[in-house]
Amino acid sequence: MSAEPAHLSQIDLSKAKMVARDIDVFYGDKQAIKEVNLAVNENEVTALIGPSGCGKSTFLRCLNRMNETIPGCRVEGTILLDGIDVMHELDPVQLRARVGMVFQKPNPFPKSIYDNVAFGPRIHGLTGHPDELDEIVHNSLRRAGLYDEVKDRLGEPGTGLSGGQQQRLCIARAIAVSPEVILMDEPCSALDPIATAKVEELIEELRDEYTIIIVTHSMQQAARVSQRTAFFHLGDLVAVGPTEEIFTSPRHKLTQGYITGRFG
Amino acid sequence: MPHIVKSFDDELNRLRETLLSMGELAVAQFRGAMTALIERDVALAREGSAGDINVDGMEHAINEQGIRMLALRAPFADELRTVVAALKVSQDLERIADYAANIAKRSLLLSQGMQLPSVRAVQRLGTLVERQLAEVAASYRERDADRALAVWHSDLPVDEAYSGLFRELLTYMLEDPHAIGPASHLLFIAKNIERIGDHATNISEMVYFVITGGYIEGTRPKGVDADQAASADADGDGDGGHPGACEENQ
Repeated sequence: MSAEPAHLSQIDLSKAKMVARDIDVFYGDKQAIKEVNLAVNENEVTALIGPSGCGKSTFLRCLNRMNETIPGCRVEGTILLDGIDVMHELDPVQLRARVGMVFQKPNPFPKSIYDNVAFGPRIHGLTGHPDELDEIVHNSLRRAGLYDEVKDRLGEPGTGLSGGQQQRLCIARAIAVSPEVILMDEPCSALDPIATAKVEELIEELRDEYTIIIVTHSMQQAARVSQRTAFFHLGDLVAVGPTEEIFTSPRHKLTQGYITGRFG
Repeated sequence: MPHIVKSFDDELNRLRETLLSMGELAVAQFRGAMTALIERDVALAREGSAGDINVDGMEHAINEQGIRMLALRAPFADELRTVVAALKVSQDLERIADYAANIAKRSLLLSQGMQLPSVRAVQRLGTLVERQLAEVAASYRERDADRALAVWHSDLPVDEAYSGLFRELLTYMLEDPHAIGPASHLLFIAKNIERIGDHATNISEMVYFVITGGYIEGTRPKGVDADQAASADADGDGDGGHPGACEENQ
């Protein structure tokens, strides 16, 4: 391989939780992502920002091979999770248990609150005894900051919760299988400011145990929750660096233009 | 490139303009005080010692504008730096105006007594600092980081001139007890001018930060501290930046 791109050499790759090398993504003939190289540090929140259609969500979906479910989508390059090639050495189901995902729109299953959270542990065979499953469910709800609000109605449908609660339920569902990485695709875009603040607080807490990669359109949110920020534009990774630097003294004109609103 | 939200651009421009106008006012006050001293102009000294309520008003306006922009626009990058710097620089400018008022007040007292030849040296010191202020304002207006950096480096001659004056005035005081009064006023004036120079360099640091996003590296070149060299530092804080000792108008 040729010399490492500058931003990969900034961090200790042996400590990186995930590393993407020379990622190209095509939808049919159209190239959505061009040679993206990005390393994600363990127990950090990495924010992916950029205008709509820049490829940030596409990139996010590469990390747990969600793009494979899209017809005509082709991914080239290498993605490593703890040094393991996720595209060739891991089964997608295994991978998605280790790299969970939370989507833009809360998407609880049409099942009870309890069953939503228990779903993953059940299909991954993580539980032997019902007590054990109870503990996982309660614990996950607690970690997602939702337990106190729903503990007396675990049998009620998850879809009956408020938007913010549904999103935290989805986060509880994602962490129930003890993933190592959580991908979040605009997790707060459908939430009110209070629910958003709760999710952001949760992200801050989850960082101790998980590595989080979040796509967001809110510059303020990226600045608040992340330690590193990557800026995408027209399929290129334009800049990546410490969040503080990206938002106070961006080195790249395009990044500056985007985050300050002088763009296009 | 203009901002997508035009009114934000207008607000940023207004903030910059207010800061520049405040700078002009503070400098005019300093210049007036120096003229009052040199020309022994009682009317001008009286006018200057009253201070300028417009400077305080502008500091207040900049605070309000800045806080409003932080709250409503949540600026980032160079815009964030512009707002934060305006808040900080306006404080420096307000201090400069205070020092100028103090110089005017002492000029009024000096105009009634003997004239020491050291006034000329004080005038030269004032000219050096006035040039610093003009340069730092230009660096902000033109967004010229090199020019701001040059102001930062220009503090050494000011310190040296002040040290020279200090020794000179001490000599007058030792030679003639009648000179102690006017010499100490002149000394305080010189100290005030030197402090104004320090504020000019503070401002140059902020201008550099606004333009580049970085901080000026290294330690600022400093002359031998006259106050400490002579163990006569009345306020006991060396040249550490606390402006209390040489002022009466706090």
